[in-house]
Amino acid sequence: MPDGILGNPGNLVEPDRVHKACYTDDEIFEQELDKIFHKSWIYIGHETQVPKVGDYWTTWVGRERMILCRGENGVHVLYNRCPHRGAMLCQGLNGNAGRTFRCAYHAWTFNLDGSLFRIPVEEGYDGTAFDPKDPLFSMKPAEQMGIYRGFVFAKLSEGGPDLDTWLGRGARAAFDDICNRSPEGEVEIVQNCFRVLQHSNWKIFLENQLDALHPSITHHSTGEAAAEMQKIYKQRTGDDPPMGYQFLADFTLPYEKWDSLSTFGHPYGHTVLGGYMGLRPRDPITVSHEEALTKAYGAERMDEILSTNVHHVLVYPCLSVQPPLQQLRAVRPLAAGKTLTEIWHFRLKGAPEGIYERSLAYYYHVNSPSTMVNADDLQNFNACHEGLSLGGGGDWVSFHRNAGQDPVENGVTTSVTGMSEQPMRNMFAAWKEYMSAGN
Amino acid sequence: MAKDKKAKRAKNGLDTQRAVEQFLYNQAEILDERRWDDWLDLFTKDGKYWMPPREDQETGEGMPNIFYEDLFLMDMRARRVEHPYAHSQKPKNKMSHVIGNVVIESEDKKTGDVVARSKFHVVEFRNDNQRYFAGKYRHHLKKTKDGYKIQLQRVDIVNAEGPFDYVLQFWL
Repeated sequence: MPDGILGNPGNLVEPDRVHKACYTDDEIFEQELDKIFHKSWIYIGHETQVPKVGDYWTTWVGRERMILCRGENGVHVLYNRCPHRGAMLCQGLNGNAGRTFRCAYHAWTFNLDGSLFRIPVEEGYDGTAFDPKDPLFSMKPAEQMGIYRGFVFAKLSEGGPDLDTWLGRGARAAFDDICNRSPEGEVEIVQNCFRVLQHSNWKIFLENQLDALHPSITHHSTGEAAAEMQKIYKQRTGDDPPMGYQFLADFTLPYEKWDSLSTFGHPYGHTVLGGYMGLRPRDPITVSHEEALTKAYGAERMDEILSTNVHHVLVYPCLSVQPPLQQLRAVRPLAAGKTLTEIWHFRLKGAPEGIYERSLAYYYHVNSPSTMVNADDLQNFNACHEGLSLGGGGDWVSFHRNAGQDPVENGVTTSVTGMSEQPMRNMFAAWKEYMSAGN
Repeated sequence: MAKDKKAKRAKNGLDTQRAVEQFLYNQAEILDERRWDDWLDLFTKDGKYWMPPREDQETGEGMPNIFYEDLFLMDMRARRVEHPYAHSQKPKNKMSHVIGNVVIESEDKKTGDVVARSKFHVVEFRNDNQRYFAGKYRHHLKKTKDGYKIQLQRVDIVNAEGPFDYVLQFWL
């Protein structure tokens, strides 16, 4: 690593290349947790994840373990820690706490908003600093919580822009697009979280999400196998194959097609990749979806909603959303070289079942633990992280494709080509800003 | 899970027990040897391989699953892992299955169809990394003139709800 760089890691980022230490250095990683993950809004979960009072899910924000729960008056985000002796209160992934969280160690119990309910033996505190009304003796809520159209975020520090401002037009579009596709304007999460561990830095995953050059190379084998099966399916059954095959066959699209897409770089590192899938065929499912939306919003608005075609919206640094396919992947960095992804999908309230089945097919083929797509992505992520961890052989990562060529208007960069490395540059511009803070 | 705890056991003869055991051993060997055509041939035309994400899940239809594959999807998976550009198959997986605790749950007197449950332990090795899987199978076997064929194979791995360290490139 260049001398003195830990004092200002922003210097590791140049306009068209970044130093490998950004990905592999343990001290840089700790600074990322402090300066990025504890200073920005992090996706926690969806309100419908905890439908009943007492329901909770646990997750990560930076190096903290957090609880999303439903109390009598809405959802709360709490630190998963008993203020008595520090034990983690909720051990499992999810459950129902009943009316209170109860520590298994000494039975301190807390209301669902985190406030202390009671302690089992009240004697012995006279003349001490213990005060049941002092927040020090309650479960600590996240410093800030914000909800946008049912999607819950938390920030573990005070100040800075509110959630709406921070998401901005670019990232809000992810949640607007997914919700607008419901005739009721709302989505409901499917209570299944696939978790996949990656032995690579969290940024490698985010970069890949918006990398339009990699699919036809990385996923060549799966795309070709799917295209073969489409033909065989038709021959053997006489029917059109299920849409899942097309999702995979699309990965073999030629470079020209990928280059015809656009990516958009928004403030705070939020980045958007335009859609390439034909998700509006004239099949009965799509037609009935159109009818339901027309009934709810009128024909013009229906057309506007379904014409929106984005593939990925990346809410930097924590979330990748695919609105038309109703799925998201939340990113939980565990170490410089270890990343957990939490993968969810949604139902559009009031939409035909076939629209859900389409989402389910994508969830299965791309996001399940048996995915034939991420099998090859994860292999690449590992290879990148291993290569970047080596001593010799070079120090820099190249993001030169179309560098300096992408036009900027009103703070939004539009890529000149789909395969421009604009998304990576946009994310690293935000990284540099976060990491240079205070220098 | 609840069903298994009630633990039905058919009063079958040793012939069925042995035939089913041999079928399961053969299936394990086919998988360990990556004989994909033979694998596909183990299933009926409408046969399914199903690995649910939770033990209490009662159907694979319309639900998220770890695996839920008919012959077409299994065929695609087999083609994909043998494709020259499947770089996550360089090097290839090696697997070793051990099957045990085979119990015939029921045997239809008329058709000879069998429901059998068993346990498996699998070691997988790939790219200097060894993984270990364990769980139970529940086979719905149809008796045909060519021997048993799988109508439904349910696979519950013990860590179905845990985080996956990498993915499962093919069936366990």
